Amino acid sequence: MAHPMLATLERELTLYRRLWQASVFSSFLLPLLFVLSIGVGVGSYVNANGGLGGVDYLSYIAPGVVITTAFQIGIGESTYPVLGGFKWTRSYQAMRSAPVEPQHMVGGHLLYLMFRGVIATIAFLIIVGAFGAMHSWWAPMTIVIAAIVTVAVAGPVTAFAASIENDNYFALLFRFGVIPATLFSGVFFPVDQLPALVRPLAYASPLWHGVVLSREATLGWPTPWPIWIHVGYLIVWTAIGVALAVWRFRKRLED
Amino acid sequence: MVTTLVAAAVTRPGVAPVRVGAVVNRNMGALRSGASYWLVLISGFFEPVFYLLSIGIGVGALVGDITLIDGQVLPYATFVAPAMLATSAMNGAMAETTFNFFFKFKYAKTYDAVLATPVRPVEIALGELVWAMMRGSVYTAVFLGVMVVMKLTTIGWALAAFPATILVGFAFGAVGMIFTTMMRGWQDFDLMATAQFALFLFSATFAPIQNYPVVFQWIIQLTPLYHAVEMVRDITTGHPDWGTAVHALYLVVMMAVGLYFTGRRLERMLLK
Repeated sequence: MAHPMLATLERELTLYRRLWQASVFSSFLLPLLFVLSIGVGVGSYVNANGGLGGVDYLSYIAPGVVITTAFQIGIGESTYPVLGGFKWTRSYQAMRSAPVEPQHMVGGHLLYLMFRGVIATIAFLIIVGAFGAMHSWWAPMTIVIAAIVTVAVAGPVTAFAASIENDNYFALLFRFGVIPATLFSGVFFPVDQLPALVRPLAYASPLWHGVVLSREATLGWPTPWPIWIHVGYLIVWTAIGVALAVWRFRKRLED
Repeated sequence: MVTTLVAAAVTRPGVAPVRVGAVVNRNMGALRSGASYWLVLISGFFEPVFYLLSIGIGVGALVGDITLIDGQVLPYATFVAPAMLATSAMNGAMAETTFNFFFKFKYAKTYDAVLATPVRPVEIALGELVWAMMRGSVYTAVFLGVMVVMKLTTIGWALAAFPATILVGFAFGAVGMIFTTMMRGWQDFDLMATAQFALFLFSATFAPIQNYPVVFQWIIQLTPLYHAVEMVRDITTGHPDWGTAVHALYLVVMMAVGLYFTGRRLERMLLK
């Protein structure tokens, strides 16, 4: 029999094979529309002012938007689906009655999200590559960065979703976490432009670390801090997130 | 008032403001259900402000000034702010008349209970719409205040823009209700959210549409958020003209059509 973690991954993939159509919009179409509206529409004005750091605006935001997509998949797919697995479909309780431990459930869930993040990233890179936004042979490294960002944020959010009863909290998570992170993590304009007071919030956001790494990959821009700090920060998030999630799963499945 | 007049014009006679008010009142009572609902309600205000600060100010520093087709030159934040305002009015009204309406309609069975009283389906539709507008106009009023503080409009023009945002909310709220009566399940909301986001991105929100290919411009001019954004922008920048009136007319027609069909569909679905 397959390893229990792979079995939960397989379950997620089986479900995805039936439900993938809905994700085409959120994972592929929306980022593409975003790039067209902001990158091309607003970009024409930015480029008229000489672009940003020597590249056109589309090339500047493309690595940011692709990591944002991975970031949002990691978070979005760890909210309602995880709470639902405990509360509405009760699939985690069902798994628990099989020889599947909480760490296998969390592991399978994160592997699945990594798969989702990677697929979305590949599709996105091909599209913006066609618009001429890739300037370095290191661009495929973006796929690895997206995978790390996805699990780095999915871990803590999974733990959160496993801890609450009321899904109203997700609306708050999106409005005070995901949307400000998306708007102020250096995706659309450099973080240096932020007032010094709020800049540390951007540095704390895992999204910012993913974005600067991804810009190094697609534009060859050196990261502000040594690469290992950015990668290390994301790995710390992943490790803490996974530990929290396993702990919360175990707790919730006890009773 | 406006609601009653519209109701009288587009529905069969016999809509009583008292019963519409009762539906509104039920929603007020539901506010007492808990703190998290309040927090979600209040948090709705922050989204457009975050967008304004990020795109309007942050990206605005890279963009500089925007020249409109009539020759007006605007700082980018002044250009973007009314678009955020109109979008916020749309999203506020649609959240209430689609997502929440659907939940009450299909799952909470709220209206089955309401119909055991003398309240009629059309009155439910109007009541929910008025409630959506009460919620939405709090957001837009606060956002207009932010615009005045940030010097993106003047107090006088902000006051003039307020009723315009209410019209935007009514128009989208009424059409949102038709969609809700046609929804098959939650997955249809993904489609609607995608459509709303696409409107948000291309309705002269972040850049004037004259940069787009001509065919694309025509298509945008058919869509509702474009008219909402242009109408609100004409007012907050202090340049209303005949075009503004055309945008307003588009939204009035949209609201009337929305109310008419929602009333009819609800009659059929709830009274069978």
